Amino acid sequence: MSEAVDVQAPVETGRRWTALRDVVIGAGVIFIIWLGLRVLRDPDAFSGMGPLAGKLVQALLALVLGIGGIWALFIVVNALVEHLPARIAVVIRPWVFVLPALAVVGLYLVYPAIRTIIQSFTDIPEGGGALSNYTDAFTDPAVQIALRNNVIWLLVAPMTAVVIGLAFAALADRVKHESLAKTFVFVPLAISMVGASVIWGFVYAWRVPGQPQVGAINAVIQFFGGEPIPFLFEIPINTFAMIVIMIWLQVGFAMVILSAAIKGVPVELTEAARIDGASELQNFFKILVPSIRGSIITVFTTVAIAVLKVFDIVFVLTGGNLKTEVVAVRMYDAMFRFRNFGQATAMAVILFVAVVPIMVINVRNLRKQGIGQ
Amino acid sequence: MNKRKWPIALIALALLIAACGDTGAETTTTAGGGEETTTTAGGGEEPTTTAGAPAGETPYTELNAAMAGDYEGASVEIVAQWAPDGAEAESFDLALQPFRDATGIDVAFEPTVEYETALQVRVDGGNPPDLAQIAQPGKMAQYAEAGALINLSDWFNVEQLTADLCCGFVDLGSFDGSLYGVFYKTDVKSIVWYPIQGFADNGYVPPTTWEEMIALSDQIIADGNGNPWCISIESEAADGWVATDWMEDILLRTAPPEIYSQWYNHEIPFNHPEVLEAAEYMSQIWFTPDYAYGGNTYINATFIGNTQDPMFDPAGPQCWMQKQAAWIPGFWGENKDFTDPAEWPNQPGEDVGFFYFPTIEPEFGQPVLGAADMFVMFADRPEVRALLEYLATPEAAAPWIERGGFLAANKTVPTDSYSYPNDELAAMTAEATTFGFDASDLMPADVGAGTFWSGMVDWVAANGEGTEAIFQSIEDSWPTG
Repeated sequence: MSEAVDVQAPVETGRRWTALRDVVIGAGVIFIIWLGLRVLRDPDAFSGMGPLAGKLVQALLALVLGIGGIWALFIVVNALVEHLPARIAVVIRPWVFVLPALAVVGLYLVYPAIRTIIQSFTDIPEGGGALSNYTDAFTDPAVQIALRNNVIWLLVAPMTAVVIGLAFAALADRVKHESLAKTFVFVPLAISMVGASVIWGFVYAWRVPGQPQVGAINAVIQFFGGEPIPFLFEIPINTFAMIVIMIWLQVGFAMVILSAAIKGVPVELTEAARIDGASELQNFFKILVPSIRGSIITVFTTVAIAVLKVFDIVFVLTGGNLKTEVVAVRMYDAMFRFRNFGQATAMAVILFVAVVPIMVINVRNLRKQGIGQ
Repeated sequence: MNKRKWPIALIALALLIAACGDTGAETTTTAGGGEETTTTAGGGEEPTTTAGAPAGETPYTELNAAMAGDYEGASVEIVAQWAPDGAEAESFDLALQPFRDATGIDVAFEPTVEYETALQVRVDGGNPPDLAQIAQPGKMAQYAEAGALINLSDWFNVEQLTADLCCGFVDLGSFDGSLYGVFYKTDVKSIVWYPIQGFADNGYVPPTTWEEMIALSDQIIADGNGNPWCISIESEAADGWVATDWMEDILLRTAPPEIYSQWYNHEIPFNHPEVLEAAEYMSQIWFTPDYAYGGNTYINATFIGNTQDPMFDPAGPQCWMQKQAAWIPGFWGENKDFTDPAEWPNQPGEDVGFFYFPTIEPEFGQPVLGAADMFVMFADRPEVRALLEYLATPEAAAPWIERGGFLAANKTVPTDSYSYPNDELAAMTAEATTFGFDASDLMPADVGAGTFWSGMVDWVAANGEGTEAIFQSIEDSWPTG
């Protein structure tokens, strides 16, 4: 865009000209974007077009401005960098493309994270020490229950999801309509946690024994003469009933990844084992599973992270009542219901610290597989 | 090709379901607001001149000036949580109209969604409205302490207000000895709904004492008429608040009012013997076998809007009494035309009535438990003062009363101007010896909207066992700061 096309003689002036031109274009682009943002921010700008048309035009403008604006900015900045001496341009150019992303991550992730950590040590109740939010957290019975429950979730959900996912992947591998079978297991993954919780809220619903049962499971139980079970209101069934939802959601993910991994195991390997007289089970545990160990770890850690952060299911179904509290729900309550920011940030840090080791395992595992070097 | 389209279609369907699910999941629920004080009201206070006072003769200075047209063309912004497009917002707007007409002041009323957060954000951002409605005295105290509110004591005719407002509302609207909030609307919770026809058919009489209520409950069971009580507390993110209302209502009847206020101020432990005694009374109704329909699981597992469904069973009432505030009829005719007797035969006042939640120990008089809305002031301009003064007069209540669903905080409003059920509630409030403001709303949110609620849920799950341990754990959770 900014290459000086003229040759030799007036090179210097030509360069200056194009540089000046690019600076002017750049200023123009920035001005247009600024103008567009002003229009977008003006609540009355589109009111003349009627409620629906106004909204549509506004959305369209935001799209064009958002995508087109970024695109134009990159081109303009790139063109401007071209005018710098070659040695400097080489160093700067990558940063031009990386910096916006870094800035966004820094502003919306790193900065709030640091602020949260600082606040957890400084936003303390009167007369408390720097650690008082943490000592309070660990001595609060509700938080102790939350921590205990997170451990239960962590012990049950990822393992079960991986086992079921692996079994399904291995079995579906030999089925005629494999993709159809897998689709059924995969579909829950596309449902939001809140949506899944509402669906399962109906599955678990309880009505007075003898009355028509709205809940799918209790309807079956009552049909066969059993006593309906209040799944969400009986300790400790309620916690496990909710873990089932998480497993239902995550099995699809586990299956897809593990299925792909199984397909990547060379057929020669299993063939050779069979020829050597290995049974199907031996083949599975001694050949297949070790071969896809990396994928299993990836799936396990990913599900584990999702489980540690679990919020929606508990929030929607029990609100943390009846000993179903988990750390994330506790954090939300401290923040938005009790307006206790110190307690809430401490909870966030605890959660963060708990996730870090799993992240480390995950990243190491990926490195071993040659990803993310 | 076909093989490939299948999963896509299924995923699209799943997304659709998920999207539908999302909309239903997030619902905010509020519990009543709450505090108590003994009333100064004996009924026969000095007669006030406000009712029907013509312009220029109100007991309030700025209002008189406004009525004389001094602030014509000025504008005031007022906000409230009454749901946009809802009947309440419309009614309040109507209530403001006479003021607009008489003074020429442009009053902008904007009902707001996510009201409490929105107000907090505006105040934090230095852009508060001129006047704002608040339901919790604790919230008012918080704003007052932060220096956001205008102190009314300096200029408001507090003497007049004290004479006019019922229920100790001047004290409740004060912080640190100064007045900050002017109460406008109130709700009464101490009522028990029952099927009038069913009672008549079986010769049941609405009880007037606790003993009669217990005797009636036993009678209903003995007659084989199902369970006497409809109780449930499931309420989205606010499970348990119905139980806290019961606790408060009973405590007002078994202990002196001072104990009640010491309790929510934490001057006595949360699990004070008087409170445990109240819990004892409560468990008599909640946990005596066969008293509550469906037992403790029904209590925990049933949404508060469906509590009374068995009362309207086509085969006759399966449960007979439900203690809930006057808004509950709105849930009876769900998905039905509630105002059409042909479609919904349980018309409040005709087919379903209520009685006063009976007293327990006569020496504590006739208390009522309730909540109320006040207005606080963020900007001190004469026209804003005038509007706040107007809201203290009975004239400001009249248009809403006419439309129904309003109980005025101003006790000079004539009882006969109300329609059912507020006529009876107004009379009940007027006769009350104590007005107990919902205590859970006066406690720190960690307790009042936290462990008190969840503790009640635990208590119900344990079917009334381990009362002392549960109340001890609520006491332990009281914030120390």
